[in-house]
Amino acid sequence: MPYPTLANPEIQRPVSTILIMFSVLLALILNGLPWEGIWLMLRPDFVAVVMLYWCTHKPLRVGIGMSWAVGMLADVADASLFGQHALAYTLLAFGGVVLHRRLQMFDLRQQTTQVLGIFALTYAVYALVHWQVNGYVVWPYFFGCLTSTLLWAPMSVMFQAIRQMRVDRE
Amino acid sequence: MIDSTQPFQFFNRGPSPAVRLVFFVALSLLFLFVDARYRYLESTRSALSVVVSPIQRLATMPSVLWQRAGDFFVTQHSLVTESDALHQQHQRDAAQLLQLQALQIENQQLRKLMALPLRAEFTTQMTEIVYAERDVFKRKVVVNKGADANLQPGQVVMDDSGIVGQVTRVFPWLSEVTLVTEKDHAVPVQVLRNGLRTVVFGAGDTSQLSLRYMPVSSDIQNGDMLVTSGIDGVYPQGIPVAKVDKIERDPAYPFARITCLPVAGVAKHRHLLILSSLPKLPERPAEELAAAEAEKNPKSRRKK
Repeated sequence: MPYPTLANPEIQRPVSTILIMFSVLLALILNGLPWEGIWLMLRPDFVAVVMLYWCTHKPLRVGIGMSWAVGMLADVADASLFGQHALAYTLLAFGGVVLHRRLQMFDLRQQTTQVLGIFALTYAVYALVHWQVNGYVVWPYFFGCLTSTLLWAPMSVMFQAIRQMRVDRE
Repeated sequence: MIDSTQPFQFFNRGPSPAVRLVFFVALSLLFLFVDARYRYLESTRSALSVVVSPIQRLATMPSVLWQRAGDFFVTQHSLVTESDALHQQHQRDAAQLLQLQALQIENQQLRKLMALPLRAEFTTQMTEIVYAERDVFKRKVVVNKGADANLQPGQVVMDDSGIVGQVTRVFPWLSEVTLVTEKDHAVPVQVLRNGLRTVVFGAGDTSQLSLRYMPVSSDIQNGDMLVTSGIDGVYPQGIPVAKVDKIERDPAYPFARITCLPVAGVAKHRHLLILSSLPKLPERPAEELAAAEAEKNPKSRRKK
């Protein structure tokens, strides 16, 4: 059975600001875990996945501006250049906001293919900035784009379940 | 009067996504440009790092707890063997230390005799790595001392066996150390065997170093030890940096391809020593002045 609620967008479950804040904070912590070697290459960008989820599901609450701000925090956390993550996440949010109607019509499998494009763009912009500044690119870095895409479906199911629990309680 | 050609908006939702995209992309590019070119934003970065550092500490918490739990369950047997090994190590070190002290005294006397300025003794600070590199592009670690311990960018970081890197950024309670294996990080060195001066560069994505611009005919062998030359005024003299690992001499190229491995445990330890900064060397004399003088009286140049 395809995912029911995403196919009919009129049943939009409510979401609290605390949940949004907490999920972004958790994503920053997950990104900050001491990943090393091959695991660092395969690490999905949790912050990007969470931001894209909120941009497609609550585009009026979480938009391009907030993604940019989170990107600046990610830049400080990663000690990368100021604006490197911010630029990538701005484009990510734009993709999410523009495509949110289409994504809500799709089931999870169709969403995943759409989301891959957005993540590929985000990763490419980050690598492009690094290439411009430092003059070389580490190609295995793009594996993270695939793992982020794979994370999309479980993440969506999890957030939908959390929001459903809230509805049931009230 | 309402303009009928415009679609009527029921809710004011601010500027359209495209406008926001252009605005924030421009803002990001501005930040990128300023940060990459001028480094004006370090104060902003350290202010924001106050917000971010609790998140980072939280992220390293699980591994720290795991390590503590592991430490707690150390068996008595392993403690005994470790103690034996340490005793032996201590005796060997004590003998070497005696030798070193004798050499230090001798060296001091010789320097006095030659009326050379005494090299200032540098003090060290012990730090602990908070977390290692989290970006595949970088060879950097973050240590748990910052502006609160009077650290400054440019200070040298080493462990018990050699140079590990250099402090490159200082935050209020943390600082960032760039390792010698970072791409294009340069350390001026000398070959210990014959005193040949050169510069060793980090190789970036592997934990190796390389010697560039060494002629094919240069006198360098496998296993040669490279120590800091102290010529740049940043690194103190005579600290081991790397060991030559592989030499490819291809006559088709003007330079030999030389790969070295760092001597220090660049990717191993948790504790690092940070040396206090060295006394400033006098400025290099301006080239143009010297050239102008030489043109004025070419005779005096010949006399020299």
